[in-house]
Amino acid sequence: MVPLIVSEATKSFTMHMRGGMEIPVVAKVGFHVGKGECAVLGGPSGIGKSSILKMIYGNYLADSGQILVQHHGETVDIVTAEPRKIIEIRRESIGYVSQFLRVLPRVSALDVVAEPLTSNGTEQAQAYERASVLLERLNLPERLWSLPPATFSGGEQQRVNIARGFVTDHPVLLLDEPTASLDAANRKVVIDLINEKKATGAALLGIFHDQDVREAVADRVIDVSRFAVQKAA
Amino acid sequence: MTLQDTGLAAYNFAYLDEQTKRMIRRAILKAIAIPGYQVPFASREMPMPYGWGTGGVQVTASIIGPEDVLKVIDQGSDDTTNAVSIRKFFEKTAGVETTTRTGEATVIQTRHRIPEAPLKEGQVLVYQVPIPEPLRFLEPRETETRKMHALEEYGLMHVKLYEDIARNGHIATTYAYPVKVEGRYVMDPSPTPKFDNPKMDNCAALQLFGAGREKRIYAIPPYTSVVSLDFEDHPFEVNRFEQPCALCGAEGVYLDEMILDDKGGRMFCCSDTDFCEERRGEAESVSASNGEIV
Amino acid sequence: MQIPNGLDGQGAERHGRDKPLLSVSGVSHYYGDRIGCRNVSFTLYPGEVLAIVGESGSGKTTLLNCISTRMEPTTGEVTYRFRDGSVKNLYRMGEAERRFLMRTDWGFVHQNPADGLRMTVSAGANVGERLMAVGERHYGRIRETATDWLTKVEIAADRIDDQPRAFSGGMRQRLQIARNLVTHPRLVFMDEPTGGLDVSVQARMLDLLRGLVADLGLAVIIVTHDLAVARLLSHRMMVMKDGEVIETGLTDQLLDDPQAAYTQLLVSSILQV
Repeated sequence: MVPLIVSEATKSFTMHMRGGMEIPVVAKVGFHVGKGECAVLGGPSGIGKSSILKMIYGNYLADSGQILVQHHGETVDIVTAEPRKIIEIRRESIGYVSQFLRVLPRVSALDVVAEPLTSNGTEQAQAYERASVLLERLNLPERLWSLPPATFSGGEQQRVNIARGFVTDHPVLLLDEPTASLDAANRKVVIDLINEKKATGAALLGIFHDQDVREAVADRVIDVSRFAVQKAA
Repeated sequence: MTLQDTGLAAYNFAYLDEQTKRMIRRAILKAIAIPGYQVPFASREMPMPYGWGTGGVQVTASIIGPEDVLKVIDQGSDDTTNAVSIRKFFEKTAGVETTTRTGEATVIQTRHRIPEAPLKEGQVLVYQVPIPEPLRFLEPRETETRKMHALEEYGLMHVKLYEDIARNGHIATTYAYPVKVEGRYVMDPSPTPKFDNPKMDNCAALQLFGAGREKRIYAIPPYTSVVSLDFEDHPFEVNRFEQPCALCGAEGVYLDEMILDDKGGRMFCCSDTDFCEERRGEAESVSASNGEIV
Repeated sequence: MQIPNGLDGQGAERHGRDKPLLSVSGVSHYYGDRIGCRNVSFTLYPGEVLAIVGESGSGKTTLLNCISTRMEPTTGEVTYRFRDGSVKNLYRMGEAERRFLMRTDWGFVHQNPADGLRMTVSAGANVGERLMAVGERHYGRIRETATDWLTKVEIAADRIDDQPRAFSGGMRQRLQIARNLVTHPRLVFMDEPTGGLDVSVQARMLDLLRGLVADLGLAVIIVTHDLAVARLLSHRMMVMKDGEVIETGLTDQLLDDPQAAYTQLLVSSILQV
């Protein structure tokens, strides 16, 4: 089964506070991402790439169409799924690495990374173990692990975020510019992580503005301008 | 001289009119039927102020008959003001015989003590109660406390005991110590010392409680289980006295502290004056008869 | 955009907890001719955190009272699934059973801690009361459990014998939470739990709540007018206005892509700090 199929997904925003103005974003988006594949959403900025990722993650509500995800052998349509189902799918089937870490006071970096594992039932010790391995590979100094990431630099926060996204074995992983604020060495680590994920059979869908990273990981590029809608003048 | 002798039919027997007595007796019967449950009743104005035993007096007035022998004690004593005036009240309004002897009395009205001599079947102990609601100090809403009784929600009672232990290292409540009656209702035994609590359990006499100001009557029928509340690791204990009564030498009884002078002189003696006097009387007759022999 | 750590659901299916805990169907409450709330239906599953948001007067507190047996709805049904699996209509249960439920399997955290605490008994007794109510009769154990809970809510163990009167607002609120959680309830109602607290105290409180809710797998219905609180604590949201539900959905979806005009207005009113 194909882990992720997007079919005729359409998204627009209705701005009720501006007299119900309709802002179309994308229309009839259609593609799929297979096992062990990394597909990249391409096209100029503002064309709706992030919106597509957010629709797949259930963060944006698609107006129409289908977004079919394999979840424990069951095909679930994100567009019509109950909130509860989406939460479950996020916990077990779809991972997401955003550009920014939503920091919480008083939660240590190690806990931030280990949490997706503990919340799906992994033993605390094992979760810490896996979290530590990732933080180490991403060169986050160990003295920072026990601190809340709120005070970290942008690059350090981003690496915590990447570790959190990669720590689980979700069959579908969405990546929204994960390397945006990283130096060359850490970009290399992320490229390795992505390739390792692919090798385990995960389906990856990402947005990479960095040409080098894109070329290193992309199996194919999905041109989003195909789905772009004529913006209202 | 009784009123009947004067020819002035100014008082009904035992002061209260028959309708009132009937109403109170109904409340008493209900109280006996539901041991420990506070039955509301239409408390009357009595010719004495609230706090002087108006509840107990109304109960006594409703159950006493011409053949009864009445004893009245206040803190164990037959001759304090409250005891004397209530005794005189019934002598005057009911013309009943009165006594100070626990064994001879059929009705004993008491304020804050249970006699030391074991009570017998056929006797009635009438308690004067100031505040009948044991939950009152933790939950001031009467609507809520009644609901708590109805639903047997008594966690709060243990909160009070918990606070005692937390503050004092032991349960420091020494009087009005809450009890559970027949495994159901939690009851305030009136401000008797907790020393007397075990006497309530499985008692041969009928125990009636009257609260005049609060308009409540409750009861413990004879041979009813009365258990003092406690914790497993802080079990209920009665207070113990280190010395015997200075007058009669009795041990294992409740003692009052008497200040003898202003130089710190003091003495501990029986709070139950009748019990003490009887013991001393027995001792004298023994030594007197011994004297004759010698 | 990311859902908060620790709240990615609590493995509802994984633990076989796939049956609704609370089902609300067609609940309305009228104050005379005036609408308190109208025709509200939803289902809450074990471990789910639902935020009911709206301005003051939107009916969210009326709804909370209607589903927590504090006020009988004019029409509608509320059913609850007990630990033994039986499902009962809350308003057809006896009062004794309902009150027992409220102090064992449920919790209720009031906005004003004084409404949920006994201000004149010690912190230890406040926490221990529910234990004593369900029959615990060992002082040492009660005290041990109370100490444990005080620590969990970050109140120093040596304050156990102090009365809440001597506590700050934040401490009182944390004490109220400990008092509610000591019997390991499965469902906790919260009415603006961070309402009266200043911002830094509020942040600590939210963080504590977030941790406890995740660790204990609690189902929570939280009423708040503060969308930041909703975002941080809840999985799902329900937006109310004039007694009616305007929009429901996944919390982050509702905040990031609100559909209804009123929700958009509400979301756009959040102060950006």
